[in-house]
Amino acid sequence: MVSHISLLLVVVPLIAAPVVAILPRGRLPWLVAFMVAATCAVLAGMQLWAVLYEGAISYELGGWAPPWGIEYRIDAVNAFVALIVAAIAAITLPYALLSAEREIPEDKIPLFYSALLLCLTGLLGITQTGDIFNVFVFLEISSLASYALISLGRQRQAFTAAYQYLIMGTIGATFYLIGVGLIYSQTGSLNMQDLATILPGVLHLNTVETGFAFLMVGIALKLALFPLHLWLPNAYTYAPSVVTVFLAATATKVAVYVMLRILFTVFPQGFAVTTPADELFIVAGIAGIITASVYAIYQENIKRLLAYSSVAQVGYMVLGIGFASATGLTAALVHLFNHALMKGALFMAVGAIVYRVGASRMEQVHGLGRAMPWTFGAIVLGGLSLIGVPGTAGFISKWYLVSAALEQQAWISVAVILSGSLLAVVYVGKLIEALYFKPVSAAGKAVSEAPILLLLPTWTLVLANIYFGLDTDLTVGVAEKAAAILMGMTP
Amino acid sequence: MRPDLILHVIAKFVIPLIILYALYVQFHGDFGPGGGFQAGVIFSAAFILYSLVFGLDTAEKIIPSHWLRILAALGVVIYAGVGVASLLLGGNYLDYTLLGSNQIAGQHLGILLVELGVGITVAAAMLILFFAFAGRGRD
Repeated sequence: MVSHISLLLVVVPLIAAPVVAILPRGRLPWLVAFMVAATCAVLAGMQLWAVLYEGAISYELGGWAPPWGIEYRIDAVNAFVALIVAAIAAITLPYALLSAEREIPEDKIPLFYSALLLCLTGLLGITQTGDIFNVFVFLEISSLASYALISLGRQRQAFTAAYQYLIMGTIGATFYLIGVGLIYSQTGSLNMQDLATILPGVLHLNTVETGFAFLMVGIALKLALFPLHLWLPNAYTYAPSVVTVFLAATATKVAVYVMLRILFTVFPQGFAVTTPADELFIVAGIAGIITASVYAIYQENIKRLLAYSSVAQVGYMVLGIGFASATGLTAALVHLFNHALMKGALFMAVGAIVYRVGASRMEQVHGLGRAMPWTFGAIVLGGLSLIGVPGTAGFISKWYLVSAALEQQAWISVAVILSGSLLAVVYVGKLIEALYFKPVSAAGKAVSEAPILLLLPTWTLVLANIYFGLDTDLTVGVAEKAAAILMGMTP
Repeated sequence: MRPDLILHVIAKFVIPLIILYALYVQFHGDFGPGGGFQAGVIFSAAFILYSLVFGLDTAEKIIPSHWLRILAALGVVIYAGVGVASLLLGGNYLDYTLLGSNQIAGQHLGILLVELGVGITVAAAMLILFFAFAGRGRD
C-alpha cells in the first residue's frame, strides 16, 4: 500500500483538475482544490516518513518493469521536495479563497483552480518520477498551467509577462528535451537508475557531453539562474497574488531538484567537476546573488523587489550545488525548504496588501504598516528570515552555505554570501521604510487590516520560519540524508 | 441559386466521411497507425468545416461551448479513471492486464478506453480553441 502513495500524489490532483473545471461557479471549486491539496500534503508526509524509515520506494507504472516502463522512484531527496510542494499548496489554498475572488474574474474561478491543480500535478510529478523523459512531460504540464495562471493577472502586462515566460520556458524545455534525446541516442535508456549504470561507460563521447550541456542550460532557464532569469520578475510581478505565492515557493525549487538529480544521480557524481559546468555554477551563483540583490534595491514595486530577491536566492542554491560537497548540497536543500517558507510568507503578506489596496507599488503602500499591523509584522519577520538573522530559518541555510564555502576555503564565495545578506538588509529595510516610516497617503487612511483568512496562512508560514530556525531536525536532518544519497554515500 | 450551394452540398457530403474516418483512426489505432490524438483532430476538423461553411452560430447550436468544456474534462477523467480502475482491482496504476479475463483482452480493453479518453479530450480542446479564435470580436 505504501508504494501506491507515490502514485496517488500525482493522480489525485490530476483527476481533480478536470472535475474542478466543470464545477459550477462559487466556492465549490475552491473546496475541492483545497481538499485535494490537503490530501497531497498528508500523502507527501507519509511518503517522506516511509522513505526515511523503510528505504527507497519504486513504483512500476502500468506494471511494466523498468527500464522499459516508467518507474516512480522515491528516496529522501524527492520525498523532501514533494513534501515542500504539497505542503505549500495546502497552505496556499486557504489563502486563495479570498485573494482569488478579489483578483480573478468570477467566470474564470473554476478554471483557475483547475489550472492550479494541474500545476500541482506537474510539480509533484517531476518530483516523483524516475524517468528523465517523464520529467519533461511533467515539466510541460506544470509550465503550461503556470503560463495560464500568470495570464490571469488583473493588469494587461500579465499577458506580456505570461507570453515572455511561455517563450523562455519553451526554449528551456526544448533544450532539456534535446539533451534527453542526445543522451538517449548514446545509451538507449531513459530510466535514471539505468542511466546511472550505463553513462559512466560513455562519458567520453562528445554527444553525451553536449547532451549534458543542453540539459543544464534548459534547467537553468527553468530555475531562473542568473543570467537566464529574465522571465521571472515580470511573471511574479503581474501574476495574481496567489499564483505568485505558489510559484515562487515551489516552481523554481522543483527545477533545482531536477538539476540535483541530473548532476548527481543520472550522471556519476564528480562528472560535473570535470566539465566547465561546475565553475559556471559558482560564477553564475555569485553573479546572481550580487546583481539580483542590487537590482532588488532599485525596484519600485514590492512584488518585483521580492522577485529579484528570488533570483538572488536561486543563486545561493546553485552556489551550494557548485561546491559539489555534502555540506554544499545540504545547504542547497535546506535553503530550498527555507526559501519556500520565507518567500511564501512574504508574497502572502504582500498579497494581503494588494487585497486591501489593489496595488503593490511602493508609493501606494506608504505608511500602511501601521494600518495593517499583522501583515506588516509578517513582512518584518519574513524579511529578517530573508536576511538570515539568527533565530530564523534563513540563518540556518546561510550557516550551512558559509560552512560549505569555508570547507573549501572559497573566500570569495564566503564574502559574497555575507554581502548578499547585507544587500538583503538594504532592500528589506527599504520595504519596511515605505510601509512604516513614510507618511500615510489620503487613500491609505481608510485601509484596515487584512481578513483573518489571509492572515492565518501567512502567519502559519511566518511561524514556520521561526520554528525551523530553532528546530532543525526535520530540515537539516532530512537534507543531510538526501545529500548523502546524492553524493553516493549510504545514509 | 445561392452562390454557396456547391460548398453546402460538398460539405454535407464530406463531413460524414471525415467523422467516419476519424472513428476508423480512433478504433483502428490499436492495430495500425492512429489513436486518440489523430482521431480527435480529424473529428474536430469535421465540425470546423461545418462551422466554416454554415456559420459559427449554427455550429455552436450543435455543440454548445459549455458541453465542450465538459467533454474536454470527461476525456481526462476517462483516462485517469482507467488507471484508478486497475488500481482498485489490485494492480499498479494503468496496469491494463487486470481489466480483462486474460492479459491480451485486458491490455486491449485498457488501451481502447484510454485512447477514447484522449480522443474525446483532443476533439473538444481543438473545438474550444477554434471557437475561441473564430469568436473573437463577436461580442
